[in-house]
Amino acid sequence: MNKKPYVFFITKNLKPKSLLSSADRKLLVDPLDDDNPITVQVLGICSALAITVQLRPAVVMAISVVGVMAASNVIISIFRNLIPSRIRIIVQLVVVATMVILVDQILRAFAYDVSKELSIFIGLIITNCIVMGRLEAFALGNGVWRSFLDGVGNALGYGLILIMVAFFRELFGSGNLMGVQVIPDSIYILGYENNGFMLFSPMALITVGIIIWVQRSRNRKLVEEY
Amino acid sequence: MKNKLRHTIDSLKNDLRYSSNLKKFVPAVNAFDTFLFVPNVVTKSGAHIRDAVDLKRTMITVIISLVPALLFGMWNTGFQHYSQLGESVSLFESFGFGFTRIFPMIAVSYAVGLAIEFGFAIYRGHEVNEGYLVTGLLIPMIMPVDIPLWMVGVSVAFAVIIAKEAFGGTGMNILNPALTARAFAFFAYPTYMSGDKVWVADASTIDAISGETILGTLAANNPSIQYSWWDMFVGVVPGSIAETSTLMALIGAFILIFAGVGSWRIMLGCLIGGAFTGLIFNLLGVNALMSFPFYLHLVVGGFAFGVVFMATDPVSAAQTTKGKWIYGVLVGIFCILIRVFNPAYPEGVMLAILLMNVFAPTIDHYVVSANIRKRKRRWQLAKANG
Repeated sequence: MNKKPYVFFITKNLKPKSLLSSADRKLLVDPLDDDNPITVQVLGICSALAITVQLRPAVVMAISVVGVMAASNVIISIFRNLIPSRIRIIVQLVVVATMVILVDQILRAFAYDVSKELSIFIGLIITNCIVMGRLEAFALGNGVWRSFLDGVGNALGYGLILIMVAFFRELFGSGNLMGVQVIPDSIYILGYENNGFMLFSPMALITVGIIIWVQRSRNRKLVEEY
Repeated sequence: MKNKLRHTIDSLKNDLRYSSNLKKFVPAVNAFDTFLFVPNVVTKSGAHIRDAVDLKRTMITVIISLVPALLFGMWNTGFQHYSQLGESVSLFESFGFGFTRIFPMIAVSYAVGLAIEFGFAIYRGHEVNEGYLVTGLLIPMIMPVDIPLWMVGVSVAFAVIIAKEAFGGTGMNILNPALTARAFAFFAYPTYMSGDKVWVADASTIDAISGETILGTLAANNPSIQYSWWDMFVGVVPGSIAETSTLMALIGAFILIFAGVGSWRIMLGCLIGGAFTGLIFNLLGVNALMSFPFYLHLVVGGFAFGVVFMATDPVSAAQTTKGKWIYGVLVGIFCILIRVFNPAYPEGVMLAILLMNVFAPTIDHYVVSANIRKRKRRWQLAKANG
């Protein structure tokens, strides 16, 4: 009998050769901070304004964008050598639009309430500059697995900022989180008022600005030399 | 006493300067030092203008020019409150009532604002600037008297952090910080900043008091105004604490212009722009606000106060001579435009000044480049001729 211990996944030999190589890890982690689509590349600002009044739509939007970006990056990457470069934008649009419609249908089937609230904005994922930007800049020139990681990473970086902004806007704007009141009534009785300015879109820009400010003072390599 | 204080500060400074981890607190101590004593630092090299005016003296001039409006505002707060209740009280009683309401607001404004300024000075390692002394006094003066103190604090924090420190501190701000604080409070807590129940102290709790402003009444398309021209000019009307009195703003304007601190071009430009726009609307005269006489438009609301103390802010206003005229006239025009066309904002002077603050650098840019073009052409003409 062989008395080897049953360890399937974590063995000493496999540990350094984990699922992601360091270059792949960079694809996934960089967009979260150093190369964030919203705060560093300043893309996708429009939806950061539109759907961050409450946390729930922002979370659904973030998840939907992860799905759309991962899928369309993979598809474009598979066909990257077949797509004539003159019509590549049209092809990308068709792929993204298909994915967006798929996400919309899935939401309608399984989360109808959210879908009613969000279906306009889900449609607008097509126009989200991050999606097209990653297709153009990455998926057209890289392999399937790397494109998948890049899509997921960028969508997560986008979603992270979206959720942060929505968190502060819903908390201070309406005293709720995910639609549930979190600021207790006793504080309202003391004279606290919700900040109505938080519900206006300028405050989303200011919140994004503050996030950029904090990020840059923490991460000095983002600060340009001048 | 004085020498003792001097000695204490000097020894404190010495101790701090040679201590490695307390060094960053030197600016904070310096700020107190220069607040208490005339600084003994002189410029030693390079070309410089010999003048006694420094930032601190400029700011103190503005504060002196604000004092008449502030004292009047304190009296008016009490007077409006008691006269609406039907009580006639002495001048000192009215003033005392206003003082007990307004002094805490000023204290909160200075405490929050200066705490943030000192924090940034220590963190960034620069000296504390005096700019906040004026802003901190202006903010309570343009708020309704009944606003809760914590809202004043939050607005001050927003104005100092977002409108000022985010852009680099005193002298670098695009928007006037005091107006930013008011705009923030206006959009964040609209029920405390507009309507007919906030302008007279305790109006929301005592039924006998109703304090609709003149512009608020007009915006509701009600042309019957119970105040005379004289009331509006002197400022015995409901409104934000110190904005009601055109007379006191004029006294402040004279001090500012005489001391060379405020720009008379901007003030006159605003007046011309406002009167001109008001006149045009008088000719149209469709609703109560449009047919409100143009000369009365200039004495109601915060027009005079905003024009004298906010539009002339040397940092956020236009810098060139021609630019100041353009900037001033546009502030006047937009102020009346916003008043007349948007019933949700019966008072337009705040938004007009903020809007033109944004455009001031653009105006200056075009004035400067027009001047460059003119001189280039003159030079080419001279070259061609001779």
